[in-house]
Amino acid sequence: MSRYSSERELPISGEYAKPSRGLSPVQMWHAFSMLLTREVLRFGRIWVQTILPPMIMTSLYFIVFGHLIGPRVGEIEGVPYINFLVPGLILMSVITQSYANVVSSFYGAKFARHIEELLVSPMPHWLIILGYLAGGVARGLAVGAAVTLVAVFFAKIQVHDFTALILVMVLTSVVFSLGGMINAIFANSFDHISIVPTFVLTPLTYLGGVFYSIQMLPPFWQQVSLFNPILYIISGFRHAMLGISDVPVYSTYLILIAAIVLLYGITVFLFHRGIGMRG
Amino acid sequence: MTFAVEIFRLKKTYAGGVEALKGIDLTIEPGDFFALLGPNGAGKSTTISILCSLVNKSEGVVKVFGHDLDTERNWVKMQIGVVPQEFNFNQFEPVEEVVINQGGFYGLTRQKARARSALLLKQLGLWDKRKTMSRQLSGGMKRRLMIARALVHEPRLLILDEPTAGVDIELRRGMWQFLSDINAAGTTIILTTHYLEEAEQLCRNIAIINEGRIIKHTNMRDLLNTVAQETFVLYCNRPIGSMPIIPAADARIIEPFVLEVDLVQGQSLSDVFEVLRGHGIEVLRMKNKTNRLEELFLKLVNQSNEASQ
Repeated sequence: MSRYSSERELPISGEYAKPSRGLSPVQMWHAFSMLLTREVLRFGRIWVQTILPPMIMTSLYFIVFGHLIGPRVGEIEGVPYINFLVPGLILMSVITQSYANVVSSFYGAKFARHIEELLVSPMPHWLIILGYLAGGVARGLAVGAAVTLVAVFFAKIQVHDFTALILVMVLTSVVFSLGGMINAIFANSFDHISIVPTFVLTPLTYLGGVFYSIQMLPPFWQQVSLFNPILYIISGFRHAMLGISDVPVYSTYLILIAAIVLLYGITVFLFHRGIGMRG
Repeated sequence: MTFAVEIFRLKKTYAGGVEALKGIDLTIEPGDFFALLGPNGAGKSTTISILCSLVNKSEGVVKVFGHDLDTERNWVKMQIGVVPQEFNFNQFEPVEEVVINQGGFYGLTRQKARARSALLLKQLGLWDKRKTMSRQLSGGMKRRLMIARALVHEPRLLILDEPTAGVDIELRRGMWQFLSDINAAGTTIILTTHYLEEAEQLCRNIAIINEGRIIKHTNMRDLLNTVAQETFVLYCNRPIGSMPIIPAADARIIEPFVLEVDLVQGQSLSDVFEVLRGHGIEVLRMKNKTNRLEELFLKLVNQSNEASQ
């Protein structure tokens, strides 16, 4: 019968069962697909809040900047201004929506405590992170596709390198999904999940060459712009669509891969330590 | 023997410096229905949260079915189902999805998770509500939903942290029966509750925790046998005019037909009946007024508090 003892010097039985692992690879796949489906259903159910606004916003950008102001700007690097806008606007939506998906979903789960459903489950940390990332990428790509559809009505869609286009879009949404997750891990209130998008992400995106080429800036501001990582991402995506870029194309991939490695490492560390999740 | 749970010198100090657990030892046998009781803030939820990997321990060893939580955490998690104190499911998901998703997180296929979910929702009386948004359920239904969710992957160890809090008595009794059946089928259950009657009815073994230390860890029957005094209420067949003298028992008239008798350990109720019969009084029915576990619980906790002062 169970008995209490305070005198023992060793673990009570001293017996250890045969080492056993958690989920098998097949079970991991089921767990991952369940989490991804839940994430996709989440943003799909509220499509009026998640898919529609970026489409409307992009339409307004095309009307105001493309049709009304664009003709006065003329061409940039041989491309009509309205066509020049297309890659930046698509990628801006991918960036903001990937980030927003993970930050709101993960923080919401923390706030309502249903993150515990995952934390008590045998899913390894990397798999939970992957599930949320896949949800962020899914929303980023869904919105990217929706915005491209809108762009068809306003501008000529060009594709210079289709593989690069998909690659940059996916890598970008991975980077900003990871960013959203780190933000959500540290957030203690709904204010905290809007600070980074408002005060960091939006300024960097707007100043990252969505609406202009840095060649149009004075030399000093051109140099300053080179410190903005989003410039490299947008330039790389513009190269994939239009074949023009402000920076060497390889730098886009360097920045994206370096950001993924760094942010993923930070996220895994935070999960492992339980920061913002476990007492 | 491989224990269902083995805890050795478990300590937890929170970031703010609060020492929630001060080195507890605990063993729970496979198949047991085990009560973990203690006053608020005693360390029950911390112990359970460490078992479920929701809180990191500061020191000590935790083993579940012989597997170390530190080295085989994901395997250990597969063996455990947990019903927490607070509602912690996604309130914006339909009932069925809450259970199916959790099955998926434990590696079940969607088909298997759906089948398990259907079975459990039917058993727990939630089948008609399966398409309802979970936030629209009543408190009792939400508790049952959390039990269904905890059982979807057929855990060997079920941890219930106050599962019947706020549930009406009829529903509570239904849940007791359900949990007894689960236990009889082989699932080890750890229960924390403030309804001591619940622990007394369901559990075979018990640990009482106070101020981060285990102050009692024993068999429920043995513990209840240590009750020094019990009070019985006797309902008689006629009004009792004057109090008959009952040797070595303290008796008093509560109402004309009702008598209350205090008996110390070792005294027999037969002696009381004999005296009453001698006065022409028959006892029609009786009840034990004392909640024995409650008395013991309060006594042990008070002793522990006095000792620590």
